Amino acid sequence: METSIIISGFGGQGALFAGQLLAYAAMESGKEVTWIPSYGPEMRGGTAHCTVVIGDEPVGSPLVRNPDCVVAMNLPSVDKYEPLLKTQGRLIYDSTLVRRSLRRTDIAGVAIPAHDIATRCGSQRLVNVAMLGALLTLCPLVDLAAVEQALHTHLPARHAALLRPNIVALHAGAAYVKALAETQITARG
Amino acid sequence: MTRELWKGNEALAEAAIRAGVDAFFGYPITPQTELLEYMARRMPELGRTFLQAESEIAAINMVYGAACTGVRAMTSSSSPGISLMQEGFSYIAGSEAPCVVVDIMRGGPGLGNIQPGQADYFQITRSAGHGDFHPLVLAPATVQEAVDLAYISFDLAFRYRTLVLLAGDGALGQMMEPVEMPPMRTPDATQPDWALTGAKGRPPRTITSLYLDADELASVNARLQEKLKTIAAAEQRWECFMTDDADLLVVAFGTVARIAKSAVRAARAAGVRAGLFRPISLWPYPAPVLDGLVDQVQGVLVAEMNAGQMLEDVRAIVRGRTPIRFLGRTGGVIPMPDEITNELTHMTRVNHRTNGAGMKRDVE
Repeated sequence: METSIIISGFGGQGALFAGQLLAYAAMESGKEVTWIPSYGPEMRGGTAHCTVVIGDEPVGSPLVRNPDCVVAMNLPSVDKYEPLLKTQGRLIYDSTLVRRSLRRTDIAGVAIPAHDIATRCGSQRLVNVAMLGALLTLCPLVDLAAVEQALHTHLPARHAALLRPNIVALHAGAAYVKALAETQITARG
Repeated sequence: MTRELWKGNEALAEAAIRAGVDAFFGYPITPQTELLEYMARRMPELGRTFLQAESEIAAINMVYGAACTGVRAMTSSSSPGISLMQEGFSYIAGSEAPCVVVDIMRGGPGLGNIQPGQADYFQITRSAGHGDFHPLVLAPATVQEAVDLAYISFDLAFRYRTLVLLAGDGALGQMMEPVEMPPMRTPDATQPDWALTGAKGRPPRTITSLYLDADELASVNARLQEKLKTIAAAEQRWECFMTDDADLLVVAFGTVARIAKSAVRAARAAGVRAGLFRPISLWPYPAPVLDGLVDQVQGVLVAEMNAGQMLEDVRAIVRGRTPIRFLGRTGGVIPMPDEITNELTHMTRVNHRTNGAGMKRDVE
């Protein structure tokens, strides 16, 4: 069983770091994992993305054409990956930046006001981790505690002041999806 | 042992450090630069030599000079830089100076781009410079394998007094994977009996690739060829994946081979009995093992990130016994698993040879 996740956004939004946190958490949870970035000119302010593949067996291809999950932090990312998602795949996108609705009906799209959540948690720079929290609530690939541990270990020392806000944002993103799911259950019930 | 998440380039550097590299000389080039950056930080901490040269040509000649004194010397680069180093490779081969070179291949020819490629295959396996020689070329497919091969690379280089070339690509260099790092080795303090260490108290030694007398150079070449025969017999490395009952065989190396593993699993799930033969040593090519597999299969698919280079080795081994199909990607484009699976499915449908267009083609 392998699950592939693409995290995509503007360069500087932390898409690559969010993917690394996921990869560290997966490894610490005993899973096999690969992380591979786009490393071209995108790193200089265009869109940047990374692919994370998590599995029980050693991972073959670190790249996938049709991912299981996509975290889209901007509109170009939704435009690019919505058509590529697997049927029944999951697309989490930042509704603060992405104003259009999804075109596909055979995928599960979840809109997260990630910028608002991040700002409430202290900084716009927390968008990536808020969306990671949301992803892991929708697809429980690893425990949030494992991501917290990864933040403790791997958040660069120069960002030490952002450790607590990152953990808060992780849980705020998770809580938003949980609340969303409960609302839907209530609405259906 | 603990597993840590390592980026390919940095893992290669740390593995070489733990293998006891004494001196690193290099010049930055994407997608390999993290290796050099890591060395720049770590080597001085350990009291070892790191020097950023003014060019790749200078770097390989520094490696050459350092290697002649018996120390473990190394450099790393990517395709255009490897081209610049070729003169040095040839002198190193002629002088039998042991050293390790990493090539994190990118799209070519020319400056090409910084995306992954495998189009240096001819260049690095055939001679990597003028004159008759082959480096020992090892092509890891995972970050762990890159570490394991880097860790033994100096042993191989010194055992045979040869150039060992670790051939990866931009994907391997840039990706992160869990790795178990081997322990730090205490470098062997004894100096080789050929090393130039100052002739105090002993007769002077010479290391050269210049032999003006034809008969003398011919005998040097005969000795080099004998050594290559020994390496060819002893140092073949490969992996067979699901080949026991395979009807179709994918042949691929490095990053494409690990992508092909996913494709083989997908093909199996769809009822196609596929397997993968992955050469780990590109020179010497593990020809006998592939030769043995050819008679059992109904077709061979060669997949590479080039226009068909290893393909020529595979053709020479298959010798027309089974159809060969080729899937090539150039320009830094990485083949996706489904492309390889589709080729395998296609091969089960056609039992006649067709003329494919572009990079997908039936070869013979």
